[in-house]
Amino acid sequence: MRFILRRLGFYLIAFWASITLNFLLPRFMPGDPVSRMFARSQDRMQPEQIEALRKLLGVDDRPIWEQYIDYMHNIFTGQMGVSISRFPTPVTEVISSQIGWTLLLGGTALVIAAVVGNLLGILAAWRRGGAIDSALPPVLVFIGSFPYFWLAMGALYLFGVVLGWFPIRHAFTDGLEPAFTWEFIGDVGAHLVLPALTIVLVSIGGWMLGMRNTMIATNSEDYITMAEAKGLRPGRIMLRYAARNAMLPSVTSFGMGLGFVVGGALLTEVVFAYPGVGYQLLNAVQGLDYPLMQGLFLTITAAVLLANFLVDILYVRLDPRVRSN
Amino acid sequence: MTTTLLKQTTPTQAVRKPNRSFIHGLISNKKALTGMAVMVIFIALALLAPVLFPGDPSRITAMASLEPSTEHWLGTTAKGQDVLALTVHGSRSSLFVGLTVGLASTFIGILVGLASAYFGKFIDEALSLVTNVFLLLPGLPLLVILAAFLPPGLGTVILVLVVTGWAGSARVLRSQALSIRSKDFVAAAVVSGERAGRIMFREILPNMASIVMGTLLACVIYGIGAQAGLEFLGLGDVSTVSWGNNLFWAGNEGALLTGSWWVFVPSGVCIALVAFALALINYAVDEVTNPRLRKIKTPKDTETSAAK
Repeated sequence: MRFILRRLGFYLIAFWASITLNFLLPRFMPGDPVSRMFARSQDRMQPEQIEALRKLLGVDDRPIWEQYIDYMHNIFTGQMGVSISRFPTPVTEVISSQIGWTLLLGGTALVIAAVVGNLLGILAAWRRGGAIDSALPPVLVFIGSFPYFWLAMGALYLFGVVLGWFPIRHAFTDGLEPAFTWEFIGDVGAHLVLPALTIVLVSIGGWMLGMRNTMIATNSEDYITMAEAKGLRPGRIMLRYAARNAMLPSVTSFGMGLGFVVGGALLTEVVFAYPGVGYQLLNAVQGLDYPLMQGLFLTITAAVLLANFLVDILYVRLDPRVRSN
Repeated sequence: MTTTLLKQTTPTQAVRKPNRSFIHGLISNKKALTGMAVMVIFIALALLAPVLFPGDPSRITAMASLEPSTEHWLGTTAKGQDVLALTVHGSRSSLFVGLTVGLASTFIGILVGLASAYFGKFIDEALSLVTNVFLLLPGLPLLVILAAFLPPGLGTVILVLVVTGWAGSARVLRSQALSIRSKDFVAAAVVSGERAGRIMFREILPNMASIVMGTLLACVIYGIGAQAGLEFLGLGDVSTVSWGNNLFWAGNEGALLTGSWWVFVPSGVCIALVAFALALINYAVDEVTNPRLRKIKTPKDTETSAAK
């Protein structure tokens, strides 16, 4: 319990830090980006809306601490202002319409990569010097060294443009009405293949090597020798004795990986024009839409922190050592 | 008598031996040699770029979108620039940024890690907290946000990459420094009244050289990759020639949709080769310093294949 409380305190501090960062950035950056934005979008907005935005972004004559308290208040009551590029939709509405796609894409890719990568790592460590152990890691590391967006564009070109196997952009075919029909789900699935595949391809190597190296250390433990001496089946020793104990670092990486899901899918989403939060974040940056940008960053951070907290709780269940302090 | 002699000589040997065998191990390691050979070629290309392709590489020299030919080995872009010249010149900015980011983040990591481990208590708590917060904040979105608020330029790119990249190295270096901090010779140095800075940099730091090197390599890889990603999103300094910018323009001019794969392939392959070469060196460092990961020559060992 103390462990959980400690972690919770840490995540709250991290969240506070990201809010404060968000608060400070538009106020202390050189070149006055906020005024630039207002100059661009002056004619599209009502005077009172401009006034509200000024307050949100700190073009304001009040003392800084007063602004800060106001800002915190707004965040916790869910008032993140109005999007400028999609005026007059509130920022929260824009985000909630898109976060589902990011979670779908990132979640699918993460789960596939973690499961397959860990299995490969287990097998590689179990048969040291075997086919999987000697051939796969160099290949995966080599693939992993390519810039992520480059592979994605290559896959898009090869399978989307040249071969035409998969659709090349968006999350579902334009004009199709979102509904729980087989047609729509199949369409979403087809659009998911290429983006998810490229994420899996680049991230699987890390999972595999991490698992392999922990597994090698675990394999030399006494209880493995003991299990062998007892004459247990190798498959049982591998999965129930060695892999089970080598899994713990992977659980932590899974939490870290969730951060990559929400944030790191940005490049994939941009390449495939996938309508998630990452794609929207880049659009917001290009459109100088600071309220949306800030809202997206806060949402992404909150999601990452929450995911990590959940993994921590899971960790307490898995590893009795942290429970006893 | 012999035992006392032994006791006296072993410490000096133990200090010197790892160092020599470390370099020897690296030189006789195939991965390290391959990696270093690739890096030497790229560094040479970067240094010789103005000689090999004099003048501005982004000037228009030929017809647009030419396929690779004897005149333009890698073809031309949709604007009519020579792709080979762009790629060779691009290595300068990419390697420079990668190296600068790597050195700066490793340096901050060393400072934070050593201070954490040496002073402990409150300072360690505070520094670890900051490190962990930075580790947890989603890197790419933070990168994008920072790049959006700061004025565009090469300095911004480097600054942003260091801000998002230092925390990982700090965490690794801290845990290593902590384990060395608890060794007897550090306690001896404290008791003999050495100053904090001297203990940190002359006693602890030399003993974690291999970890520092591994961290540096990882940071350089991160720097090169993240710079390319940032520039590909159009958030870098668009006026410079670098691998990331080459890819940004390739995407912008629709090189792939028109089938001009030769514009798109070279810069990506270069980034991959450099990252792969650095990763190879990194693995070699790991293998040399961590005997458990070394290739096993006799499969009979304690390995399970025999048990089966």
